[in-house]
Amino acid sequence: MHSPNGSAQAKHVSPTTYLKVGAVLALLTALEVAVVYVDALKGILAFLLLSIGIIKFALVAMYFMHLKFDSPIYYRFFVGGLIMATALALAVLAITQSNRVAEALLRG
Amino acid sequence: MATHHEVLQASRAGVFLPRPVSTTGFWSWVTTVDHKRIGIMYFFTSILFFLVGGIEALIIRTQLFAPDLKIVSADTFNQLFTMHGTTMVFLAVMPLSAAFFNYLLPLMLGARDVAFPRLNAFSYWMYLFGGIFINTGWFVNAAPAVGWFGYANLTSTTYTPGLATDYWTLGLQILGIGTLVSGFNFIVTILNMRAPGMSLMKMPVFLWTTLVTSFLIIFSFPSVTVGLILVTFDRLFNTNFFEVAANGDVVLWQHLFWIFGHPEVYILILPAMGIVSEILPTFARKPLFGYSVMVLSTMLIGFLGFGVWSHHMFTVGLGPVVNSIFSLATMAIAIPTGVKIFNWVSTLWGGSIRFKTPLIFALGFIFQFMIGGLSGVMHSSAPSNAQQQDTYFVVAHFHYVLIGGALFALFAGIYYWFPKVTGRLMNEKLGVINFILMFIGFNVTFFPMHFLGLMGMPRRIYTYDAALGLQFWNQVSTVGAFILAAGVTVFLVNFVISLARGEKAAADPWDARTLEWMTSNPPPVYNFAVTPVVSARDEFWARKYEGVAAKESAAALEEAKKHGIHIPGNSYFPIIMAAGITVFCYGLLYSGALAIAGLAVTILSFFGWAFEGVGGTIIYPEGDAR
Amino acid sequence: MNHTAVEHTATGMPNRKLGMWLFLASECMFFGALIATYLVYQGQSLVGPYPEDLFDIPLTTVSTFVLLMSSLAMVLAVSASQRRDMKATRLWLAVTAAMGLIFLGFQAYEYNHFIHAGLTLSVNLFGSTFYVLTGFHGAHVLIGVTWLVALLVHTLRPLDWERRALDIEIAGLYWHFVDVVWIVIFTVVYLLGVGG
Repeated sequence: MHSPNGSAQAKHVSPTTYLKVGAVLALLTALEVAVVYVDALKGILAFLLLSIGIIKFALVAMYFMHLKFDSPIYYRFFVGGLIMATALALAVLAITQSNRVAEALLRG
Repeated sequence: MATHHEVLQASRAGVFLPRPVSTTGFWSWVTTVDHKRIGIMYFFTSILFFLVGGIEALIIRTQLFAPDLKIVSADTFNQLFTMHGTTMVFLAVMPLSAAFFNYLLPLMLGARDVAFPRLNAFSYWMYLFGGIFINTGWFVNAAPAVGWFGYANLTSTTYTPGLATDYWTLGLQILGIGTLVSGFNFIVTILNMRAPGMSLMKMPVFLWTTLVTSFLIIFSFPSVTVGLILVTFDRLFNTNFFEVAANGDVVLWQHLFWIFGHPEVYILILPAMGIVSEILPTFARKPLFGYSVMVLSTMLIGFLGFGVWSHHMFTVGLGPVVNSIFSLATMAIAIPTGVKIFNWVSTLWGGSIRFKTPLIFALGFIFQFMIGGLSGVMHSSAPSNAQQQDTYFVVAHFHYVLIGGALFALFAGIYYWFPKVTGRLMNEKLGVINFILMFIGFNVTFFPMHFLGLMGMPRRIYTYDAALGLQFWNQVSTVGAFILAAGVTVFLVNFVISLARGEKAAADPWDARTLEWMTSNPPPVYNFAVTPVVSARDEFWARKYEGVAAKESAAALEEAKKHGIHIPGNSYFPIIMAAGITVFCYGLLYSGALAIAGLAVTILSFFGWAFEGVGGTIIYPEGDAR
Repeated sequence: MNHTAVEHTATGMPNRKLGMWLFLASECMFFGALIATYLVYQGQSLVGPYPEDLFDIPLTTVSTFVLLMSSLAMVLAVSASQRRDMKATRLWLAVTAAMGLIFLGFQAYEYNHFIHAGLTLSVNLFGSTFYVLTGFHGAHVLIGVTWLVALLVHTLRPLDWERRALDIEIAGLYWHFVDVVWIVIFTVVYLLGVGG
């Protein structure tokens, strides 16, 4: 898209859509909190919470931050940074954890 | 070529302060936002710090000349190698690269300035003040002494009480902010301000290396920023991040530092590689061999550079699985790097070679960087690394890539672009003597360090026992250091003499290939009266020799002469904001009131900056302006 | 001399918008490192207080909700500015800033409660990592609120609407990012800290 200005987007999202997304975000938050208190779901709690968190993140990014409707370059840079940060954080965690396990085994 | 300036009426209005409008004199430099002036300031400041770092190195080499010397104490020695490393990495090589980025980016792109001129100035002042801040330690007997990589928990107040380590952590933060900001600036500039027709794959390779370097900066610096914050909080606010008694993990510092530190070394070498990629085609009168592959290799090096950081931690005890993964990843990085070397050599092969000083330094780069790369591959094997880690073998490796590589390439760039900036050529004879002395001096200093490392000489020791058999190569190395210093002296002499009475240079003295050579020496403040229209890689060469027509319209030139060209206005706020941040940091160390004052100045200058408006000058090109 | 409100660029993306997205990509690494530090030290404190002793999930849910809704207010402000509706723009900017302040109020209340319960920066790893992570997040919110108020004040000065809409859109990107970081912190630190 080579329009000389960037603020008037090719697609205008109506305030109604924003309100709907806001409502979904509120519902998801309520769901997250409810899930914490349901004992039966304890086993898959982490999975559920992370999934809901990811959905909320995606909704804010795609709609509120307008990534869905803007140039794909913004999306690539942001998601690139996100993936890199997540991968590095997980790597550091994994390395640290594996060392702790190894040390615990060594101590017997 | 005469021009006249007209200052915009609106531009005198400012916020808190009237907008500076002078174009000559001291204040015009202090408030400048012109990328060429900022580049010149980066250059002189970086040479100054390079000499400081060099003197620190000479003292180190003198102390190590013979066993049991007492020229400096152990404590002073620790300060010397810490400051030598910190200075050379952050205050000399990076800013010298920045000098080239600043001066050349807009010219090579066909643009008038960078995307954010005031941010550009701000980056420079953060560099200068950060450099002063970190060196303040010398004057209060508190120079940092924790190594350039400041391992925890040596950096805790238990083991380094006093202000030295704080000068280091806070100084690096100041420098880091300036660098981060230029990363953003240069990416936006390269992506958004290319001349019409200049697709990404038509850009000079130097712009590609600048682009990838800038991405490395914006993704790697946050990691060390956080690490430094953790150390600072431990020291100032008693947190437990690296407090072993509270179950803190000192290895976490190493992860955070090296996740930055490894990309950092590519930040140090990629600009140099870009410079060499511009020089070789000019002096071989041949296009760069394998342009697409060079671009891809550059991107691969950048990307893979984030996946190898633990090769600095092979001896920490992370385990065989971790060590194997990082070993393989590190070996993989050698591939795109090696590809580049083949491409450079292939560029020269079959070319019509002119042995001028820039080319000679570039050849030195190829040879010496290759040696450094080979010792690097030797490090990549975790078992071999176990013997080499923390020995002089590592010192040899990184000086080969940093001096033999980066510095030689930067010197090549200085000789190459000197005529563009000053209108004069540097002296060829002195240039060759400069090279010979530096080449001999450098190799005599650092090649023996491979031997010393294999013989087991550890790093960071202030002396050694005579019975260890280390004296001979240490002496050779020290002699080499002074020869290298002599070479640098010849460079300085050449620089000064050439500036004063060097041979006058035509606009295109090397018969070069890229857009910056189309301008006068030095270029007018607006760079191009009419933005060039590009249709080929090496557009300037194509216009000279391949029958590509100049596509700028005569009407556009008349338009520029009639309505003038708008130049961004100078501003006080970049330097004031940088000063505010620096004063805040001094305040953290000395006085709460000072910290508050610094913070207030920073916040106020931020608002002044945001609201000061467009400002600027109109310049009317006349005569034979292009 | 003519100066278009938003400059023409080779990619069609305005300089400052591209710059802001790059900044946010970089900030992913910044907060990623802080969150990684928190996670590395999660469960490693030798002494209390511990997260499960202190976290008040219902309370934090309310503050999370406030911050989420402030993002909604922000997009309504951006939308209003694109429609050139000065009144609505001012209203929604003010609402966003106010909700940001309310979030900070909740944060301050929480900090106060935790400190009284014995959680300081130096008592254990939880204290160090919790306050530094949420503190830097809070500082980002404070900067955002200041930015919004400045934009609000700036609506009193004449400015080309295209330029103003872009200014507000860019502030919005920053604001949403700060919200999104909180989504991660709320999930990873609070919810998983208590339940997981």
